[in-house]
Amino acid sequence: MKRETKDRSAFNRRALLIGTAQLGIFGAIAGKLYNLQVSQHGKYALLAEQNSISERLEAPIRGLITDRFGTILAGNQQHWRALFMQALAPDPQAVLDNFYRLVPLPDDEKARIATDLAHRPGYIPVLLKDFLDWPDMAALEVNTPDLPGVVVEVGASRSYPFGPGLAHAVGYVARPNAREAAADPVLSLPGIRVGRTGAEAAQDAALRGMPGFVQTETNVHGEVVRQVAHDDGTPGQTVALALDAGLQALAVQRLADQAGAVVMLDANTGEILAMANSPAFDPELFDKGVPAATWAGWMADAKDPLQNKAISGLFAPGSTFKPTVALAAMKSGALTPDTVLTCIGSFTLGDHVFWCDNHVAHGSITLHTALQVSCDVFFYQVALMVGIDRMADMAAQLGLGTDLGMDMPDASPGLVPTLDWARSRGIHWAEGSTVVQGIGQGYTQLTPLALATMIARVATGSAVGPHITRRIGGQLQDGSDPGDWPALDVDPDHLAAVRQGLFEVVNTPAGTAYASRLTLPNVQMAGKTGTAQVHNNTAAEKQKNFNDLTMAWEDRPNALFVGFAPYDNPRYAIAVVIEHGNFGAQSAAPVAHDLMTYALTHDPAGRDTPLGGAAGVAPS
Amino acid sequence: MIPEKLAPQRPFRDPSFGLVRKFVRINWLFVLCVCLLAGVGYTALYSAAGGAPVPYANGQLVRFLVALGLMLGIAMVDIRLIAKISWPAYALGIFLLLVVMKFGHTGLGAKRWMTVGGVEIQPSELIKLFLTLALAAYFHRATQERLNHILFLLPAVGVILLPVGLILKEPNLGTAVITALIGATVMLGAGVRWWKFALVLGVLVVAAPLLYHHLHDYQRARIITFMNPGSDPLGAGYNIIQSKIALGSGGFTGQGYLHGTQNQLNFLPEKQTDFVFTIIAEEFGFLGSIAVLGLLFSIVAMALYTALCSAHVYGRLVALGVGTNFFLYCFVNLSMVMGLIPVGGVPLPLISYGGSALTAVMLGFGVLMSVHVHRDVEFANEEF
Repeated sequence: MKRETKDRSAFNRRALLIGTAQLGIFGAIAGKLYNLQVSQHGKYALLAEQNSISERLEAPIRGLITDRFGTILAGNQQHWRALFMQALAPDPQAVLDNFYRLVPLPDDEKARIATDLAHRPGYIPVLLKDFLDWPDMAALEVNTPDLPGVVVEVGASRSYPFGPGLAHAVGYVARPNAREAAADPVLSLPGIRVGRTGAEAAQDAALRGMPGFVQTETNVHGEVVRQVAHDDGTPGQTVALALDAGLQALAVQRLADQAGAVVMLDANTGEILAMANSPAFDPELFDKGVPAATWAGWMADAKDPLQNKAISGLFAPGSTFKPTVALAAMKSGALTPDTVLTCIGSFTLGDHVFWCDNHVAHGSITLHTALQVSCDVFFYQVALMVGIDRMADMAAQLGLGTDLGMDMPDASPGLVPTLDWARSRGIHWAEGSTVVQGIGQGYTQLTPLALATMIARVATGSAVGPHITRRIGGQLQDGSDPGDWPALDVDPDHLAAVRQGLFEVVNTPAGTAYASRLTLPNVQMAGKTGTAQVHNNTAAEKQKNFNDLTMAWEDRPNALFVGFAPYDNPRYAIAVVIEHGNFGAQSAAPVAHDLMTYALTHDPAGRDTPLGGAAGVAPS
Repeated sequence: MIPEKLAPQRPFRDPSFGLVRKFVRINWLFVLCVCLLAGVGYTALYSAAGGAPVPYANGQLVRFLVALGLMLGIAMVDIRLIAKISWPAYALGIFLLLVVMKFGHTGLGAKRWMTVGGVEIQPSELIKLFLTLALAAYFHRATQERLNHILFLLPAVGVILLPVGLILKEPNLGTAVITALIGATVMLGAGVRWWKFALVLGVLVVAAPLLYHHLHDYQRARIITFMNPGSDPLGAGYNIIQSKIALGSGGFTGQGYLHGTQNQLNFLPEKQTDFVFTIIAEEFGFLGSIAVLGLLFSIVAMALYTALCSAHVYGRLVALGVGTNFFLYCFVNLSMVMGLIPVGGVPLPLISYGGSALTAVMLGFGVLMSVHVHRDVEFANEEF
């Protein structure tokens, strides 16, 4: 019995020892649990969050750009693209090889794909090819079993129904570059585009919208278990431009393959109703990628298809500058509408002879006749009377050589020289320079937009500023109402005198643009032709007097026309520049005639629905 | 004299010590704890199915109720009868291990399962109990003089190593180690000298590199992964990482029932079996974990209490072995879940989904309760 008790107490000691050890181990487990669950909770909670919730931003739908009547000028279209999720492929390289066999890709694209695949988790899709065409789609469809992990999905790209016709005014979009994407995370979203030129660039903030997001819970394989939250974001706002697509289409058609630009304004508000450039380019190429050969072609083209000449092309105004000279002179008191000056076909200053056009002697004439027949000698004398700085002052009042606050990037103010300007450039200002300034030659360089603004201000006596945006998100923009613009600080009698001359230019047989007079009942156009030398012509060229089409294209003078209509109640102002188009009357004024006729019959100014309620012009 | 006849220290001489009396003597607090743990299991499995009683929770509940009946039934069986069948049970266990090696189902790369009459049996789970019974029987009448004799101890070591070797062959490293440790604990309880364990431990440490050489690739992979879980995020180490994330994201009070993201989003494979604890820890937090830990330890403690209460060596050793078995289950499973030891395919008893481990554990509890009920019976002076 004693031995048994001894054995039992020995067992009890050992059992209690084992029990204590077990309790200690449980205590250690509890301690470790405390460490994991309480002390390190933050770290693991974050890991769990990353594990399960994935948030994906979605690019917002870019806003539409329309003309004033709602015709879509820039829209969004669906296209197909191939993505690859390597987590779904047992052998990703074999799938890629199969894909490349069906859809051949250039080596640099293959390299990009390899880099993307190496740097992204297997369930993040990598773009294989954008803009799949039908043969690609068919090939991928048929070979689906060989392409595990390859997904064809729909994406959005920018479409421009009017193509090159509105390439400059509407602009184009492109993928953000690496620097932009680094600065704004939204710009790193697949599918997002930024405006690069034209209205796309100017209104980029309104057009872009706010990105939406999708929060999904994913399991370990990256498979979406459920959608936690979804936000569509805010699509970009619709931007309605002041343009009339029909007028624009006609402008493009009339320019045809001539190099040049046309700007037509609502003369009372400065709204741009048409802005055409020729030649142009396909704006969709910038979204899809410009082929190297196309790019090289653009760069080599002397007609510079990429430049928006309407707002940044600089041209000597030629005789279209004469109304400005006349107004400056009248303001200075050196000239009145009745002042008579004599043209003997030439004007001699020192030992230099300045010729009148065609060496014709116009005789003793007043301002309106000088404008009507575009007498150079008259304006040589006026320029000397008024001086270079007062001409520049008046030019600035009329919107020439000054920043017009255009709502579009890359608008150039142009240049109207002053003595200060000459001094700052170290140019010795000779009187001869003032003389040729009288006929818009020399240093003066202006854009078609500035010329259109000038003629609109002369026509209405209102200091309208050119602008192309009419509505953003339906909201009418400032400047769309004639009352938004102050009156011009120019004597109305002086304006009337100039307008009288401009009327005679178009509507009298002796006028330079008589051939382009309107044929509409009870409506007249007033305007001014311009023929501007592009460089100091040689004696031989002068002998040809620009009439000879054997002259090299780039040596021919630029043809210009500025005008407004109706004469007695101006509504539309236009500037036409045909590069190397010879005489303004010959190539520029007829374009203005056609556009003015269209404008007066359709009367888009101030309207949001077309005259007669007809729908906007369908894209060609 | 009636009072003497009913003296509690000799109840078995009284014919009135019938089934009702035995039934009352069952440790009902122990049974309550077992049922509470099964309830925790039901709760966790309901959550593992995304908030549904199928496919796990209800099936497991049925199995538990059957096993509970089995346990209470065995608790009624005289411990002396159980002692008599210790060796046949051991023999049966070894036989089943051999059968499963030859004909068993392959699960997770190892032959562990067999089906008998529609019931899945994992002999390696059963042999842990049968080994305990056999060793308890072997040491029941051992005197200290015999215990000190090496020739008396060697057969016992053989009795342990035979099933351990067979389980290693399956292969099932975790269960083999647990089986060996149970055997060692029973021998420790029997009174074998401490220095002999130290000697064996020393030999094992020396032999470990050699053993490692003979491990299966997957076993080595587990050990390597354990050393550096980050190296193989989607392989074996993935489980450890996800398991720790589940535990850690639970925090102090948990993410709320049915709201554990790790659990509900299936980041853990086999979460209803080996990693069931992560569900509780994630959804009920540290408080829930500690509560379950407390319940588990109360089982261990009450098994030890039964051992201390037992008037006979057989009962003490059986209770010690059964308690140790349960403790090792918990220890290995929880350590594995927390990334403290290599992943070993050891379920959390009473909580994990699966019938085999549950049945084996409840069989053991039945014998434990039989010890408790018959804690002061007198054994005839016999050996088994």
